[in-house]
Amino acid sequence: MVNGKRLLVIIPALNEAGSIADVVGEIRGELPGVDVLVVDDGSTDRTSAVAVAAGARVARLPYNLGVGGAMRLGYRYAYDHDYDVAVQIDADGQHDPRYVPKLVDLLDDYDLVIGARFAGEGEYAVRGPRRWAMGMLSMVLSGLAGTTLTDTTSGFRATNRRMIEMFARWYPAEYLGDTVETLVHAARRGYRIQQVPVAMRRRMAGTPSHSPAKAMIYLGRALAVLTLALIRR
Amino acid sequence: MKLTLVTGLTGLVLLATIVELLRRRQLREKYGMLWLGLLFVVIPLSLFPTLLDGVADLLGVASGVSLVLFLGIVFLLLVCIHLSWEVSRLEEETRTLAEEFALLRAEVEADRADRAERQELVSRDG
Repeated sequence: MVNGKRLLVIIPALNEAGSIADVVGEIRGELPGVDVLVVDDGSTDRTSAVAVAAGARVARLPYNLGVGGAMRLGYRYAYDHDYDVAVQIDADGQHDPRYVPKLVDLLDDYDLVIGARFAGEGEYAVRGPRRWAMGMLSMVLSGLAGTTLTDTTSGFRATNRRMIEMFARWYPAEYLGDTVETLVHAARRGYRIQQVPVAMRRRMAGTPSHSPAKAMIYLGRALAVLTLALIRR
Repeated sequence: MKLTLVTGLTGLVLLATIVELLRRRQLREKYGMLWLGLLFVVIPLSLFPTLLDGVADLLGVASGVSLVLFLGIVFLLLVCIHLSWEVSRLEEETRTLAEEFALLRAEVEADRADRAERQELVSRDG
């Protein structure tokens, strides 16, 4: 329970046996009374077993579906078990669970609250095509949502019951669909979106990619996803 | 004459293949019908290649054979698009199944853990 609401933390995880125990442990330590659901997205390592041992509930997908598939499963679980709030947190430990109450506080007035980098708190810098892509995404999505959104690809989000109901039925599984397309879809259907500045931490395991070629490809794909999302029904 | 033999035989072999696949239930009827329908157009044309010359003339195409080539490519493209569409639908269906399956497995495992815990309590009390 956080602020009198039943809360489920959903953690999509793919081969995160190295960090998942710490992430689950920290969430349970910082947010007592909160249920944690780890969605194992077809991991080939011991992610599921480690998560269970850390005290999380685990839903194990038979093969890899991508973040979108894992998240729709998470929202379905939240919907079926009557949770008031679902919070998505990354399995690599870059999201600080101490921000969760801040996000949840806003859910009385908003349906979807994003924990956003680049919004003043913490330091996190990107350059080149990746930065242009993020700039373009945040410009278009801010316009759609009617509020400033600086970090549209953030995987740190809180949703209220209204949003859970929609995401349990509809959640794209394609590239960037879980972040960009869901925002476009929700904004166009009148769901209220807001962001809260958060500081991101270094990942506990794994490294982010920084090659310029990959960044260019990212820009192209982001453009394609955004255009498609805008013309889709 | 030789050419007619080659094209005609090819058509017949294709026809036999489709019929055999349908007979063994390896092909869904909707696809079987599609290819059978196509063959009923193609086999007469392979025997009498000049059949379409009139239509070709009407459309401004130099010869009936060119027209067949053009229509063949259009037809194959349409089939490819249709198959991509089917695969997309299938992927969506298997995705839903995988999610349902994971949900059920989570429920079953939670249930089992619950029961084991209760059993342990009972045996400790008893």
